[in-house]
Amino acid sequence: MKTELELYLHIPFCARKCAYCDFFSGTFCMEEMRRYFEDLRTEIRACREEELLAAPVRSIFIGGGTPSFVPEEEIAKTIRTLRECFTIPGGIEFTIEANPGTLNEKKLDTYLESGINRLSLGLQSPDNRMLEKLQRIHSFSDFLDSFSMARRAGFTNISVDLMSGLPGETPEEFEKGLKTVVSLQPEHLSVYSLIIEENTPFYALYGPSGNKREELPDEECDRRIYHRTKELLEEAGYRRYEISNYARPGFECIHNLGYWTGVPYLGFGASAASFTGRRRFKNASDLKYLFHKKEEEETLSDAELMSEYMILGLRLSRGVSENAFKARFGRNLTEVFRDPVNKHCALKTLIREDGCIRLSEYGTDVANAVMQDFLI
Amino acid sequence: MRSDISKIRNFCIIAHIDHGKSTLADRIIEMTGLLTAREMQAQVLDNMDLERERGITIKAQAVRTVYKVKDGEEYIFNLIDTPGHVDFNYEVSRSLAACDGAILVVDAAQGIEAQTLANVYMAIDHDLEVFPVINKIDLPSAEPERVAQEIEDVIGIEAMDAPRISAKTGENVEDVLEAIVEKIPAPSGDPDAPLQALIFDSLYDSYKGVIVFFRVKNGTVKPGMRIRMMATGAEADVVETGYFGAGQFIPCEELSAGEVGYLTASIKNVQDTRVGDTVTGAAAPAKEALPGYKKVLPMVYCGMYPADGAHYQDLRDALEKLKLNDASLFYEPETSLALGFGFRCGFLGLLHLEIIEERLEREYDLDLVTTAPSVIYHVHKLDGEMIELTNPTNLPDPSEIDYMEEPFVSAEIIVTSEYIGSIMDLCQDRRGIYQSIEYIEAGRAILKYDLPLNEIIYDFYDALKSRSRGYASFDYELKGYVRSELVKLDILVNHEEVDALSFIVFAGNAYERGRRMCERLKEEIPRQLFEIPIQAAVGSRIIARETVKAMRKDVLAKCYGGDITRKKKLLEKQKEGKKRMRMIGNVEIPQKAFMSVLKLDEN
Repeated sequence: MKTELELYLHIPFCARKCAYCDFFSGTFCMEEMRRYFEDLRTEIRACREEELLAAPVRSIFIGGGTPSFVPEEEIAKTIRTLRECFTIPGGIEFTIEANPGTLNEKKLDTYLESGINRLSLGLQSPDNRMLEKLQRIHSFSDFLDSFSMARRAGFTNISVDLMSGLPGETPEEFEKGLKTVVSLQPEHLSVYSLIIEENTPFYALYGPSGNKREELPDEECDRRIYHRTKELLEEAGYRRYEISNYARPGFECIHNLGYWTGVPYLGFGASAASFTGRRRFKNASDLKYLFHKKEEEETLSDAELMSEYMILGLRLSRGVSENAFKARFGRNLTEVFRDPVNKHCALKTLIREDGCIRLSEYGTDVANAVMQDFLI
Repeated sequence: MRSDISKIRNFCIIAHIDHGKSTLADRIIEMTGLLTAREMQAQVLDNMDLERERGITIKAQAVRTVYKVKDGEEYIFNLIDTPGHVDFNYEVSRSLAACDGAILVVDAAQGIEAQTLANVYMAIDHDLEVFPVINKIDLPSAEPERVAQEIEDVIGIEAMDAPRISAKTGENVEDVLEAIVEKIPAPSGDPDAPLQALIFDSLYDSYKGVIVFFRVKNGTVKPGMRIRMMATGAEADVVETGYFGAGQFIPCEELSAGEVGYLTASIKNVQDTRVGDTVTGAAAPAKEALPGYKKVLPMVYCGMYPADGAHYQDLRDALEKLKLNDASLFYEPETSLALGFGFRCGFLGLLHLEIIEERLEREYDLDLVTTAPSVIYHVHKLDGEMIELTNPTNLPDPSEIDYMEEPFVSAEIIVTSEYIGSIMDLCQDRRGIYQSIEYIEAGRAILKYDLPLNEIIYDFYDALKSRSRGYASFDYELKGYVRSELVKLDILVNHEEVDALSFIVFAGNAYERGRRMCERLKEEIPRQLFEIPIQAAVGSRIIARETVKAMRKDVLAKCYGGDITRKKKLLEKQKEGKKRMRMIGNVEIPQKAFMSVLKLDEN
């Protein structure tokens, strides 16, 4: 099997931290930012994952934080470093995350010149009241400006991030907003049910002991929104290809598909994770991460690799191919995971069809309960 | 050197929970000067953590202190502590039998309570000299004169000159010490007669073996001597004798008539040294044992299972160790379809059960599933055989049963008049049979009821407290077996009977209990990937039903490269949580659901 590689860069800088965000990100001074990029390039040059250094890179993703917030020269310079160290074929999917309100024409041109060809715009909600609640820095009209600016600049592959289940938002309001976004015809949409993460301002308000908890939609309502989202987007020509991701045919995110199908990846920057196919490790969540020990480092056993392959693969609408499993591990999926497959097929949370095992509609609603049974 | 028997005082303190027994014991120990203030733990007599947390004394223990009276003469005080709960009534009676007198401590604000009364009567029955002490006079609500009058009226002992003290501040505690010397008689007994020593407690120590606590009534015991337990017949050679310093064992050459102390004799098992038995010399045994020995029998049974079946052996080892120290704990292996391998355990009462359960969990780090406690029912079969039923699942087919009997107790409840109505309602609800009511003073009465034991073992005490705003107190003793209409209530989860959830119930209460049990289980059983019916049945008749709806949402919206480890851990944690559940058919039932029946009367 031909080894492929994905690259990820983490840019932990933001104009402001959003109220729901638990990523390693925040506000820093220019000097810190400059030094961070120096370190980032040092780290890339120092990479010694020999077996991966030679592999052709199939996608690159610059995430954050807000990568579009930092000076574009730093981004361009860092990409040049990547090109020095890795085999990067032309035309591969190359994404940068951007926030409305942080883009200008010069930035967009620099990105395109550097080879970036996909933009992931964090809108979260087309409703200005919601954006305020989330403590986003932009309004919906900022988004519209950024979106059309990107189109004009030549971005033909744009993804928009949206959140559902926001506090105080009715399903009708959400649906209206979704239709507004669809009318712009982005190639790709990620629609996430809001997750209340610990150690965020939202946790204090909407967590288990938050006094505004009842503003969140109940499970029933959340699922109604979820299923309605799929319906609406399908009508508009998008297909759900992962639990929270929708794309026009041919515009599925190659980079993220890699995460869900066990493609090795190298992550650079604070809190970035890497997976070599056997080992996974994660940089420290600290601006001076190079001077800290790795946060996590594990070598996965065959059993763990198989479990992960299932847990991640089941996120995909197409599911896990029995042939692909056999090709990768040399064993039959239905033998290794006989009990969970039988149990969940009987419960109709899994569907076994056309040589694939996938979650049913209900199985998607309760995916954790299904995936747990694939842990070894 | 032998102590002067006339300078010994053996006594105990009788008090209701919270009336200040332990505080007074501390003051006595402090003021007799055996301990420095630094050595004093908050409450010296209660040395198990568990006891301190519950504010009660579980195991009888003793302490020896030396009191110097004003003219310089020294008296030896042996203060024997008594458990304060009705579960341990027999232990109390043996502790009392080891004393010559008792201090009755009564709270100056609250007056006499039912349990105090029961223990005072028991002390008087044992011919103890009882003198009252009125405590907590520092409280603003203290009414020492009223309480003194109450003691005279209710118990009929002189109380007008009772010391008015505050054990908390130490005020007038000196008077108590003087009263101990003056009012409690010195022990009698012949140090040269054949040995007769009353065992009032014992303790297993992994180095010394069983440490036997006793009071010498006649004769002398010393190291090297061969002794015999008159009831169990066990014999052993004495290795060490000694008395009780505060919190420590102090060896001595011998113990003779009138003294209180301990001995070790490389005894391996507390079963051999039962409370109430008489220790005598094997070479020159006493003609007869001291009166009052009886083998205590468990009154309440339940199943105890390791949460993780792999820990069955650990549970067995732990029970074995606890039994070393607790002759009244009973256990035998049993199996349950729902819970696998475990033990049917017998206890003196629910408190005893809870204590053992907590000790297993805390000291032995075991995760347990405990089934609903049950009393022992007498099942009379048509063929004339009588079965003592301790596990509801063993109930024979109804077609084989002639009739059943359940144990009843005689209960005494002391309550202030404003709550008499609600307490009578409670007793009525619990199938109580009214016996009598006596007013002990203007505002308070003793209510007497006969009650089925199975109606009071779970939560009667809590209900009593909540219906009387904490003012009612309660004591009971087993009365005997009474014929009763009893049925076995079965619980079906997803159409499968769960043997560990079955219980015996009075036929007239079956519907109500079944309904509440289903409601309770509906709350306890988490939503799963399918709808789960929960049904209560008597025989083949379904009498109640609830439904646990299918799980609606359990999904992680996001999972990318950097999240995988964390998200996987989350799934692992969820799975770990499920491991702690029991599979009944294809339904996962959390362990605490098996205790649901205990909580049926909440709210």
